[in-house]
Amino acid sequence: MSVEAPRILPGRVVRSPRGRVALRVERRPFVVGCLLVVLVVLLAIVGIATGDYPLSPREVVETLLGGGDPSSAFIVETLRLPRVVCALLVGGALGLAGAIFQSITRNPLGSPEIVGFTWGSAAGAVLVITVIGSSTGAAVSGGAVLGGVLSAVLVVGLAWRHGIQGYRLVLVGIGIGLVTRAFTEYLLTRARVEDAAQAAVWIAGSLNGRGWEQVRPLALALVVLVPLALTLGRTLRALELGDDAARALGARVDSGRLALIGVAVALTAVATAAAGPIAFVALAAPQVARRITRGSGPGLLPSLLMGALLLEASDCAAQRVWPAQQLPVGIVTGAIGGIYLAWLLASEWRGRRSG
Amino acid sequence: MTEADGGATPAEGGSDAPARLSGSGLRLAYDDRLVVDGLDVAIPDGSFTVVVGPNACGKSTLLRALSRMLKPRGGSVLLDGADIRSQPAKAVARRLGLLPQSPTAPDAITVADLVGRGRYPHQKLLRQWSPDDERAVSEALAATATTDLAERAVDELSGGQRQRVWLAMVLAQETPLLLLDEPTTFLDVAHQIEVLDLCADLRERHGRTLVAVLHDLNHACRYATHLIAMRDGRIVAEGDPSEIVDAALVERVFGLACRVVPDPETGTPLVVPAARRSRVG
Ligand SMILES: Nc1ncnc2c1ncn2[C@@H]1O[C@H](COP(=O)(O)OP(=O)(O)OP(=O)(O)O)[C@@H](O)[C@H]1O
Ligand SMILES: [Mg+2]
Repeated sequence: MSVEAPRILPGRVVRSPRGRVALRVERRPFVVGCLLVVLVVLLAIVGIATGDYPLSPREVVETLLGGGDPSSAFIVETLRLPRVVCALLVGGALGLAGAIFQSITRNPLGSPEIVGFTWGSAAGAVLVITVIGSSTGAAVSGGAVLGGVLSAVLVVGLAWRHGIQGYRLVLVGIGIGLVTRAFTEYLLTRARVEDAAQAAVWIAGSLNGRGWEQVRPLALALVVLVPLALTLGRTLRALELGDDAARALGARVDSGRLALIGVAVALTAVATAAAGPIAFVALAAPQVARRITRGSGPGLLPSLLMGALLLEASDCAAQRVWPAQQLPVGIVTGAIGGIYLAWLLASEWRGRRSG
Repeated sequence: MTEADGGATPAEGGSDAPARLSGSGLRLAYDDRLVVDGLDVAIPDGSFTVVVGPNACGKSTLLRALSRMLKPRGGSVLLDGADIRSQPAKAVARRLGLLPQSPTAPDAITVADLVGRGRYPHQKLLRQWSPDDERAVSEALAATATTDLAERAVDELSGGQRQRVWLAMVLAQETPLLLLDEPTTFLDVAHQIEVLDLCADLRERHGRTLVAVLHDLNHACRYATHLIAMRDGRIVAEGDPSEIVDAALVERVFGLACRVVPDPETGTPLVVPAARRSRVG
């Protein structure tokens, strides 16, 4: 292993002795990434330590490492750890999916909740809860995944015209999102009151009561999806140059973009299945990450870390600010997201006019 | 500028060996708009081929077909003897580079990063940088006089600077065949000449084959070793500019009355549009 500095390209190159493996790492994104990891770990410890029965950070770390007394082991391992892990995985998946979608659509608003896939998942889950009357976690999650994938197939199919164009995807997605949303609301009005109440909680997006049975399938899916997404990141970088230039560089434009959309839809669907449609993380995480790393390129890993951080922070806030209310985390992210969105639009608008 | 080296003497057309890049019976269309119907073209190896013709006559369309961007409705494009569409995209991209007419740079990308992306076809998932990449990028920056811009953001450059940066990206690809769609548009006259000199240099010293779309007929006549004049999706005339360019051809291709005199510098044809008085009067 050796590290050298290219003279022209920014960053450092980490090289294996024969040069078979040579990866270029830019300094600022690397430092930011490390910082984010540290923050995520610290916040996770805070998240596990606080609650009705507070633990000291030291107790938390001891318990996580296998020590500690049985009662704190129960609190950590059964009650709080799965929830924190769930928040991190869901947030990471959404941040990554958002970065892929925003890069493909070349649009900071091109994230899965705007493009309608999240509402497809919601419709699927609400259908399971209200019509089939099943409320087991697995059935609802299955409905959410199926709904998300179906709406994505519909959007991509309708937007397809000699390949996929970003703005068509966004516009068709918004349209389909409105339709699935109306459908979901129709289902709610027809449902029994108890079902409707349960569905409403699910729609708000919540991490309350998430246990290992939600975490396990999510983690398994991410073990496959995250490396796949990072591998496709190279294609994504080429696609950023526009279709013609990407093709001229030998990138597989249509199949590559389809694969990327597939991965991003799958990430959104499994995240939504685990926690409900959580707003704002997929939208904001890539934007915040990009502004902090000042990187060019899609910035997949920083977006993933930022997503995890944002959702864990929102969940901590949701639990601590009004502890009695059991506020769904989706309401916190939604509120912050609305403010953020307004700020983003206002600053882009100002940037356009002055620039 | 490695594999193309070797002092290949530029063959000025007419040689019997089949050209590395050619198209036959090309039928090119967008949706239901047929742009080119039944066109045959061969790019002489080692030539600087310039394509001229009025707006919307199909120059960019032809270049896109020759570079695998656009699937022909009929006919085929051959690269090194095989149908270009049957070859892997990356293998093609290591031999043939294209500068699109209006490329888009991602937000906030720096010049060095953009030019570095030209190395994509030479890189692998786990080998994202090599000394060759470094050398190719710095040579491309130097050749286009953009080394000083390396750290700047592309979206803060002037139109001409941006054009040269994109050219550098295509040069960093280090392909023996280069297709350039209007490489001199947006450039001031000195930079236009600089880019054309660079193209001539790439051909003469590095044995590369270049195809460029140009709008300036005098530049075309001066620099082209092979000129292709198009109109309405057909090739009206092709060959050595000194042999084919005359007032009748310009009239036929552009519908413009003019005189053609020898260029005082090079003796190549110089197209002088007729004065307005003699055209309207
Ligand atoms: N993406 C497209 N979809 C539909 N029609 C197109 C597309 N691109 C070009 N055309 C049409 O094909 C015809 C030829 O266009 P082309 O871009 O090849 O012209 P050109 O000779 O390069 O012109 P210019 O000098 O203006 O660049 C035009 O009539 C144009 O409207
Ligand atoms: Mg053109």
